[in-house]
Formats: sequence, C-alpha cells, structure tokens
Amino acid sequence: MTDTALHTNSRSPGVIVLRWGLFLILGLFALFYLMPLFVMLTTSLKSLEEIRTGSLVALPREVTFEAWRTAWSGACTGIQCEGLRPYFWNSVILAIPAVAISTILGAMNGYVIAQWKFKGANFVFSLLLFGCFIPFQVVLLPMARMLGLLGIAGTIPGLIFVHVIYGLGFTTLFFRNYYVTIPAELVKAAKVDGAGFFRIFWSIFLPLSLPIIVVTIIWQFTQIWNDFLFGVSFSQAGTQPVTVALNNIVNSTTGVKEYNVDMAAAIIAALPTLLVYVVAGKYFIRGLTAGSVKG
Amino acid sequence: MAPILDIKNLYKSYGTVEILKDINVAIEPGDFLVLVGPSGCGKSTLLNCIAGLEPITSGSIAIGGKDMTHVSPKDRDIAMVFQSYALYPTMSVAKNITFGMKVRGVDQETQDRKLKEVAHQLQITDYLNRRPGQLSGGQRQRVAMGRALVRDPKLFLFDEPLSNLDAKLRVEMRAEIKKLHHNLGATMVYVTHDQIEAMTLATKIVVLKGGIVQQIGSPSEIYNRPANLFVADFMGSPAMNLIPAKTKRNGTGMLIEIERAGGEIITLHDHHTESLPENVIIGVRPEDIAEAGFRAGEDVQEAECLVDMVEHAGADTYVVSHLGGRNVTARLHAETSAHPGEALKLAFDLSKVSYFAPDTGERLN
Ligand SMILES: Nc1ncnc2c1ncn2[C@@H]1O[C@H](COP(=O)(O)OP(=O)(O)OP(=O)(O)O)[C@@H](O)[C@H]1O
Ligand SMILES: [Mg+2]
Repeated sequence: MTDTALHTNSRSPGVIVLRWGLFLILGLFALFYLMPLFVMLTTSLKSLEEIRTGSLVALPREVTFEAWRTAWSGACTGIQCEGLRPYFWNSVILAIPAVAISTILGAMNGYVIAQWKFKGANFVFSLLLFGCFIPFQVVLLPMARMLGLLGIAGTIPGLIFVHVIYGLGFTTLFFRNYYVTIPAELVKAAKVDGAGFFRIFWSIFLPLSLPIIVVTIIWQFTQIWNDFLFGVSFSQAGTQPVTVALNNIVNSTTGVKEYNVDMAAAIIAALPTLLVYVVAGKYFIRGLTAGSVKG
Repeated sequence: MAPILDIKNLYKSYGTVEILKDINVAIEPGDFLVLVGPSGCGKSTLLNCIAGLEPITSGSIAIGGKDMTHVSPKDRDIAMVFQSYALYPTMSVAKNITFGMKVRGVDQETQDRKLKEVAHQLQITDYLNRRPGQLSGGQRQRVAMGRALVRDPKLFLFDEPLSNLDAKLRVEMRAEIKKLHHNLGATMVYVTHDQIEAMTLATKIVVLKGGIVQQIGSPSEIYNRPANLFVADFMGSPAMNLIPAKTKRNGTGMLIEIERAGGEIITLHDHHTESLPENVIIGVRPEDIAEAGFRAGEDVQEAECLVDMVEHAGADTYVVSHLGGRNVTARLHAETSAHPGEALKLAFDLSKVSYFAPDTGERLN
C-alpha cells in the first residue's frame, strides 16, 4: 500500500512513462477481448442487407431490433418457429430449482463433513471429490437408463435431477472448504448451549456463509445454464433448454444465413449468466478469497 | 454432602493413543477445582469429557449425583467458557448471551431480565449491540463469561479463559473470577497451565502429566507437600530447589550431606525424620533458604555457601549458589549483603523440606 502511494507521489518522468505504457497494454488487451462481443452486438443490430454489403466491424448505419424480435419469438428451431422464448423459460425453471437444491444439499454435506466428523467422513468426501472429475460423457448412458427407470426421462424434473447430482461434488467441496476454517469450538459452545444439529447449522453456520453461497450460486448457475450435453441428451421436444434451442436455430436455417438473428439469439442465451456476474461478481471474488472466520 | 462432580476410573483414548489414564476426581459444591499441567497433558480433553463433548473410553462421570456418562452436553447442566471464547461471530453480544436460553425456550421476559443482570455484573452493558469482532480481548472474555453465567448451571467449566489476555488484564480478570466464585458460591472446574492462577484461584488442585493424575490437594498441600519430583518442580516460581544428597543416621534424626562447590560437604541435621534411604533428593523452596540470622527456629540450620549470582527483583533478591551439582536459588530480603564470588552463610529451614527418591521421584517424608 505505502509502496504504490510512494510511487504515485514521486512523479519522475520514467515512472509516468512506465505507467502509461502499462495502461496502453492493458487497454489493448481489453479491446481484444471485447472485440467478439462488439461484433456480435453490432451485427445483431444490423439488417441482413447491411450485413451482406457492409464491413464486419463497422457500426450499424441503421439500428434495427428486428433480429432480436425474431430471435426471441419467431426464429425456427426445426419445424417450430417460436423463437427462443419457450426454451429460455425452460432453462429458467430448470436452473433455479437445480441451483437451489444443489446449493442447499452442498451446504448440508459440507457442514457434516467439516464439523460432524463421522467414521468414514474423509472417504465419503473423497468419493464426492472424485465425482467432480468424472467426464460427463461417461455417465450419459447409465444416467439415461436411470432416468427411464425413475420415469422422469425427457422431463424438466429429470434434468434438474441430473444437474443436482453432478453439481453436488462441487457444491460440497466449496462448503466443506469454507466450513473447515470455522473453529470447532464454535460447535462445542453451541452444543453446550443446548443447540442441536439443525439449530447450529441454521443459527450459526448459515449466517456466516453468504460469501460461499454466492460463489456456489454463481458457479452452479453458470454450469447449469450453459450446459449443452445434458440438455441435448436428456430432453425432448418441448423440454429443451435454451442452449439446445440456440444450437437448433443456428443450424436449422435454410437458405440465407441470418447472422443478425443468430447473434441476437446467442446474446439472449448468454444474458442471464452475464447478469449474475454483474450483480454478484464482487461477492464472488470475496468468497473465493475469504479466509477463516475470526470469532 | 454428595460430590457435585464425581469422576471414576476415567480412561480416554484417541484411536490407539491413550490420552487420559485412570482419572479419579470428586469435588464438593462450591469447590474451585483447578486442572494444571504442561501443554498437551490432556487438560482440555478432560474438560471436554466432563462436558460430554468427547465420548470417554471407559469409566464414569456423575454430575449432581446423577450418572452423566452417556448424557449429551445440553442435558448435563453445565456451562463452559472456551479458550478461544468461541463467541458466535454473526450475533450481537446480547444474542450471544441469550442464545442458550432461546434454544431452551426460556420466555422473553426472563431472558431480558437475566441478560440485564449479567451485563451489569460483568460491566458489558454498553456494548450489548456490538458484534464480537468489534470488541477487545478483555471484553470478549467477559462476554464469554456472561454466556456461561446466565445459565445458572450446576457446574462451570473454564478452559484457560485468561490465556489470550495481556499480563495486566489477566491479573484483573483473575481477581474478578475469584470474586465471582465467592459471590455465586458456584462450583467451577478451571483449566490453566499458569501455576500462579492455579494457586490463587483454587480450593483444590489436580496436577496432570501425560494424562495421569500426579497429585490432588489444596493449594497449600500441593505447594508444601508435593507428591513427587514433577509436582515439586512444576508448582512454584522460582521452582523448588531439588538437590541430590546423601543421608546418615544420627541418634535423633538424620544427617543430610550435600556437596558444595569445591568438593566440600555441608551437613544439615534433620531431627524429624529417621527412615530415609542413603540417596535422596532434598527439595527446598527458595523462600525457605534465608540469610543467616534472618530466620530463627529449632529446625533452621546454617551453612556457608559460595554465591554465584545475585538478582535483584524489587522486593526480593535471588541468590544463586551451587550445591549438589545444581543451581540453588535462595530468596533473600532486598538489602542483602551478598556479592557474587563471595561466601555467604545461608540458613536452611528444615521443617519445610521435602525428600524424594531419586529413582521413582516419589515423596519420602
Ligand atoms: N481430536 C484429537 N485426536 C487425536 N489426538 C488428540 C485430539 N485432541 C487432542 N489430542 C491429543 O491429546 C493430547 C491432550 O490434548 P489436550 O488438548 O487435552 O492438551 P492440553 O492439556 O489442553 O494442552 P494445552 O495446555 O496446550 O491446551 C495431546 O497430545 C493432543 O495431541
Ligand atoms: Mg488445552
């Protein structure tokens, strides 16, 4: 802290040049990373006519939201032409319960593994960790069979089930690592005070957990919203999530490729995750770096 | 009166490691029991066993006359103050203190009244709405104390509650705990490895080493009649002088021969003891060695010793000399004429000495 303060105060020419050089490089990188987004945005606001004649990086001469409207409610995914809208809602009613359930279960798991050590707790934890690293392709067939047996194949509850199962490894890991930093004496004190398993979780652990809850929600939401593999494997017409629909829109256009509609659809599909980052991003950083809890 | 806490043949192991071995302790209502011992000797473990936070391997624990060996902590009628205080970080001071009552379904009115009483008693009324993170160490310590006091339990358990405080605050809080014990008439079990704390607070001390009870007794018993070399060395500061010596029978008692620097022998005549083995270790507290002429009595014996070192410590002066191959500290008055390198006549008070067997370390007299 004092170091940088000293540097900004001593305005020797060398330091100033260095500083501006640094800004320049950082700026170039930022531009480079923003480029695709810029192209997507501008393209989505152009008419097909303009796309064909104009340059890729030029600003739209005439701003039109026609492509956005089409993408939302008119584009064809195969034989149906209802746009992304129904699938977007599919994703919403899929992601919200899946995120909520996997976060709650992960918190409980982490609490038990970190603070109520039972015989074999470490073994269970390593199994859960192992679950984080299983390639999803491996489980597609067994999972399809499983969903069939449970009678929820091709339904949204089925997809929620799959996402909860495969999210548990990570959510447990997050909460467990957060909760092991909480001194065991806190639990002991609460036990002496007369609190039981759930009371201690509810009154003492949950109020401490905001940063890690945010981290888990962002992580799970991004994973589930962006998932394509499970979505395409375990859904059927009518229950597909937005990522699958986006793929269908982009791939099923016949004749002229409607780049503006594709771009608009892609942005719509990505918007929720972007929003989650903007709203909760600062908690994300804080949660990832949160250290032990000082009593 | 029935003992309020009765521990019988308690064993505790973690896996294959035996931490506590055959502990037998009983205390009466109103007792202040202090557990002392070096780090890692099992003090916290024993306290956790009493609280029911750790299952015991065998033996039994009774609290208030009822067998509590397999009862859960919340039903043992105990309150505990932890070494790290373990305050609930997201709750205000007031909520921390009332949490136990709330969990137990005590009505709001009683909660408020008790909170007020305890806050007043501990002088924490001004920061009842703060979070623990916004308090100083001493304030947190009081809150931890408050959380225990509102409960009115049969038994208070304290695990080194003062070890995180600075020296001055520690002395203050020590006095306050003593006052609290006096006013409440409560029964307390208190863990510390500070032997001054142990001596000043306890009505009864248990000295532990390696999970084995070395001695149980009142502070003065522990101090004046240590049961073995470990207790003799552990309790008291500066520590008891433990000097190897040879003994000889002599009519009305025994002659104690101690080698002085240069190979000469000084001989002390103890009239009270007749059956000592040939080799002993004699234990003398520094304050039982005075400058010749400053202590009188039929058991005071004088001998010339060479002074190695003189330390002025305000009210006292510590004089170190070399006897029986050990450094021996004497606690003299402030205006002593002792000088390093000179001979000084010292008076040993033999009525207060302890004898130990060199091989087993057990007390002989
Ligand atoms: N959960 C545990 N598993 C295994 N061994 C343990 C466990 N808890 C404590 N021990 C061991 O038990 C012994 C006694 O520990 P304890 O905490 O009771 O010591 P202590 O007397 O309170 O020490 P200190 O004065 O440092 O607090 C130590 O050797 C410690 O390593
Ligand atoms: Mg301890």
